[in-house]
Amino acid sequence: MFEQFKSKAEGVSAEVHRFATRFGALEFIIGFLQGEGVADRPGSYAIWAACPFLEGIERQSLQQFAGLKLEVTRELAAAAKIGISQMDWALADTGTLAGDSSRLDGRLASTLTGIHIALVPTSGILPDMPTLLTRLHPDASNYIAMITGPSRTADIERVLTIGVHGPSRLVIVFCDELGGTE
Amino acid sequence: MGTTFKESIHQAVNNANLTGALGAFSEAYKVNRARAYEGIDFEELRGRIAELKGNAAAHLDQLAEQFTRNAEARGAKVFRTSDPAAVREYILKVAQEGGVTRIAKSKSMATEEIHLNPYLEKAGIEAGETDLGEWIIQLAGQTPSHMVMPAIHMTRQEVAELFSKEVNERLSSDIPRLVKVAREQLRPLFLEAEMGISGANIAVAETGSIVLMTNEGNARLVTTLPRIHVAVVGIEKLVAQYGDVATILKALPRSATAQLLTSYVSIISGPTPNDDGSQKELHIILMDNRRSEMAADPQFRQALQCIRCASCLNVCPIFRLVGGHVFGKVYTGGIGTILTAWFDELKKTEDIQGLCIQCGACKDVCPGKIDIPELIMEIRRRLVKEQGLPLMQQAIYSVVNNRRLFHGMLRAASLAAKPFTSGGFLRHLPLFLADLTDKRSLPAIAAEPFRDRFRKIKQPPCKEKAAFYAGCLIDFAYPEMGEALISILNKAGIEVVFPDEQTCCGAPARYSGAYEVAAGNAMDNIKALLAQEVQYVVSACPTCTVALQHEFIRDFESLGQTERLPRARELSARTVDFSTLVKQLVDEGRLTLQEGQQLGAITYHDSCHLKRTLQVSQQPRELLEKAGYALTEMFECDTCCGMGGSYSMKLPEISGPILQRKLHNIRQTGAPVVAMDCPGCVMQIRGGFDQAEGGVQVKHTVELLAEQVKG
Ligand code: SF4
Ligand code: SF4
Repeated sequence: MFEQFKSKAEGVSAEVHRFATRFGALEFIIGFLQGEGVADRPGSYAIWAACPFLEGIERQSLQQFAGLKLEVTRELAAAAKIGISQMDWALADTGTLAGDSSRLDGRLASTLTGIHIALVPTSGILPDMPTLLTRLHPDASNYIAMITGPSRTADIERVLTIGVHGPSRLVIVFCDELGGTE
Repeated sequence: MGTTFKESIHQAVNNANLTGALGAFSEAYKVNRARAYEGIDFEELRGRIAELKGNAAAHLDQLAEQFTRNAEARGAKVFRTSDPAAVREYILKVAQEGGVTRIAKSKSMATEEIHLNPYLEKAGIEAGETDLGEWIIQLAGQTPSHMVMPAIHMTRQEVAELFSKEVNERLSSDIPRLVKVAREQLRPLFLEAEMGISGANIAVAETGSIVLMTNEGNARLVTTLPRIHVAVVGIEKLVAQYGDVATILKALPRSATAQLLTSYVSIISGPTPNDDGSQKELHIILMDNRRSEMAADPQFRQALQCIRCASCLNVCPIFRLVGGHVFGKVYTGGIGTILTAWFDELKKTEDIQGLCIQCGACKDVCPGKIDIPELIMEIRRRLVKEQGLPLMQQAIYSVVNNRRLFHGMLRAASLAAKPFTSGGFLRHLPLFLADLTDKRSLPAIAAEPFRDRFRKIKQPPCKEKAAFYAGCLIDFAYPEMGEALISILNKAGIEVVFPDEQTCCGAPARYSGAYEVAAGNAMDNIKALLAQEVQYVVSACPTCTVALQHEFIRDFESLGQTERLPRARELSARTVDFSTLVKQLVDEGRLTLQEGQQLGAITYHDSCHLKRTLQVSQQPRELLEKAGYALTEMFECDTCCGMGGSYSMKLPEISGPILQRKLHNIRQTGAPVVAMDCPGCVMQIRGGFDQAEGGVQVKHTVELLAEQVKG
């Protein structure tokens, strides 16, 4: 299902990566931030919303990384270049990420920023939406969100343009070690 | 038809930006939609949608109650009303109590339906649209021209012009740059607005959830940043179960924009935290505005199965020519006509209902399985009931309904018209065929109608009999088609009888909403055609075949004349269209086509009624190929030719360009002959080529086959 997900997600301009370990995923993210030249000034820094991935990681070592903030407010999110958050599920047949987004920080980090890096446990890949709806119920979440590729519009002369109100890049990082949400 | 309406059509068809953008879009749409649905059984899917939405429409009240209970249990405030004014007042009150000065809106048809923005603005509250297309037309002071792509009528230069004024800077017309400007300009609104207003694509009764879909991400922001969220939801958005969401989301993005899923989907089932630690104030307004009345109407209930994908607009040959503005300010296209009749008022559709040419293209793609053309006919019927027929039409129908008078006048016309005839065509026909358009010549009325020629035809002894229903066009304009049909059927051992009492099939009256007149025609024809024992009733005109097979029954049903139904059904069972019958006879070995013929290239035009109502498209193709023609398919072979009976007379400015497009597509194939199964299409297309000197021969399949049948 991973391959199917990858091809569908890439079909809507998302970037898909997969790592066996947390360490591998973290290494990739740090490298990515460096490559994007994140720095501690408006428009250039990255924010990382609280998520299970972070729980197993030495926060202090991350905090030393200049230009990466582990706190998310609307002001910080509005001026951030990159937002990192975790999504619980991925739907193979449409290349969609999904999860409980009742928490504000995850939504801010994934919507107001220019680039969204989404961490996903590889075991969270499901075949399709009907399956998702059996796993994720409004009883457990007041805000269920699905994301399929970056923000897009075709409102001017039907020309597909990426990045209107939301991120213009969606970078999906699967981590095998992250375990499921179940 | 009002002059302002005619004027708006004139403007639209002469707006090259509009027709260019819509035309290109509709062509790309068909291809992309097909790709998006690859591997999916669309009929099965839309069957499920129609069922779940149909069930919801039958239980609106119950579902609205259940929704209210569940949403309130989760902390939302639900306000249910049937009155648009009450919706406006409620929102204003919430805004005033919450100290709201700015509102960020994501796209919502329901708020457009109740004209919310001007109302709020009058009260001193700024309501800014955040969907890019909606924002563009808000800046331009216009109304949406398409349900899904509101600004499709505007060029990048026009948008650059608008944005330049907004930011006080000369902007180039580079689209990515313009989109960036919109992002920057709208950011402060999202961050500062105290209230967000959205619609909902789905409302789930079982869980009290609303579902929002956008590609731009604006609905996510509108439901995340402002501390108050108001969702205005038409109650037709209700579905019973949470699982229904997946069913609708499987079709909606595919049909709307040919996407597998929109970039963002949010399922909101209760308040979420604001960044100051407070809980969001979530108001959900369930708006009725005549939807319950619609649900109680046996004919119109199905319109509540609409999921607002707009694919009916995208495939409509009329919409792609005139765009949305001609239809009015809120809902556009075929389904828009229906919604306007209910949510606004029936009278508002007086002009726009006439835009539908009844081609049926929309019905084929509707994921809600709504019979849009049928409902538009019903609107016509109700308008006629309410307002009566215009005098001129009354006069015409009284003639059509009187067979002797009608036929007498047609004969007289054939004599009177003689001096105007040139090469088989004449420019002006007397009687009700008068003022037909210039872009097309009309056939002369035959000097000797088929009914007179018929008496002179000698037929061999046969063991079976078929009654031939000629229809007005073959009887009075193209009698040679009738003769060709007889020669073919005789070779299969079928004698053709021509019941003299047959008359007009009633289509002109029916398609104008004059059902009583049509039912009168139906009764005369049933009597005439069932008078003798025959195996088949055959017609070479699909519109007539549809009348005989389906419409007579419906006429009687809708007028409650149940005692007439059994005979109408009997006629229906016997009726068959020409190509289907001949294909069957060939398959049975009763007819043989010449073998080894090389007749050259041919292209085939599908007539609307034949393809979409009678579901016949392969039979004529197979027959022509078997006879020795090499079939080259034209682009959009099943798109309407613009004839539509009297449509081409009432709206020549629309019918004309549609015909030109068809002629172009025919010419592009390079085939010297185009075949079709409908004398109406022959009249339209032959007339077009006559004026354009196109050099393509236009033939009814019956004429081509008559030369190729052995025996
Ligand atoms: S029947 Fe044809 S003309 Fe009428 S609304 Fe549907 S697509 Fe348009
Ligand atoms: S009528 Fe059918 S095709 Fe048209 S918008 Fe509604 S669901 Fe879509």
